[in-house]
Amino acid sequence: MSDVGSPVDGALAVAAIVLSLLVAAWALVATLRQRAPDRVQLIGLAVLELLLIGLAVLAGVALAGGDQPGEPGAFFGYLVTLVCLPPLAAVLARMEPTRWGSAIVCAICLVTPVVVVRLQQTWELLGG
Amino acid sequence: MADPRTTPPSRTTPPARTTPPVRTNAGPGRLLIAVYLLFAIAATSRAGLQIITRFDEAPLAYLLSALAAVVYIVAAVGLARAGHAGRRVALACCTVELVGVLGVGAFSLARPDLFPDETVWSGFGEGYGYIPLLLPVLGLAWLWKTR
Repeated sequence: MSDVGSPVDGALAVAAIVLSLLVAAWALVATLRQRAPDRVQLIGLAVLELLLIGLAVLAGVALAGGDQPGEPGAFFGYLVTLVCLPPLAAVLARMEPTRWGSAIVCAICLVTPVVVVRLQQTWELLGG
Repeated sequence: MADPRTTPPSRTTPPARTTPPVRTNAGPGRLLIAVYLLFAIAATSRAGLQIITRFDEAPLAYLLSALAAVVYIVAAVGLARAGHAGRRVALACCTVELVGVLGVGAFSLARPDLFPDETVWSGFGEGYGYIPLLLPVLGLAWLWKTR
């Protein structure tokens, strides 16, 4: 473990992962019930986006303070991708107002936690 | 209206037969395009980064990553454009993908020395939850279903 705390490995990241999985579960239920993406999914995606932007701000503050990610290229790649995922899910969900729109929200909300974990790994790679 | 006695009911063709083929870019197809899009982003950024920062370490693996990235992008566009040309492009891409993931998967297990670093297709896509193996199969099934 590094002595310098990782900015992307705190309560905010845990909250984002948990919320993402909750939205994925809700969207999966909607898919199985043949329901189009509902307000709960869209609000969930909006809150998730706020959490992820918060994560990006924390990373920015840490960088401004002189900290460096272990793999800068991959870290910024994952960070940019991560912040784009909930809007992508929302846009595709609006384009597809059927059960498959809910399936898209479910799929993207299952990918998001993976990207959060990869983001954490690319910060900590140095010395590990 | 035709006389019911001259046309046996079991032989009548339902009107659904004459409707145009289902579009590839709606319904389940849109989910497929979304997953292809995610893999296009993942493979493109991974291959780009690998080629820019450490191409010499594993040129074959990184070039294959780049090829996979291009195929995912073209497949997504082909499925999204829905026309006849789009279908053929998507069909070609899904076939290349299936051959690629099976070939690279087998090679990465038989000759690991050729692949010092992972590609999207290494070990049949195990680094990506075997979705690279599943995706071309689903793509071909979807093209078949909407033909």
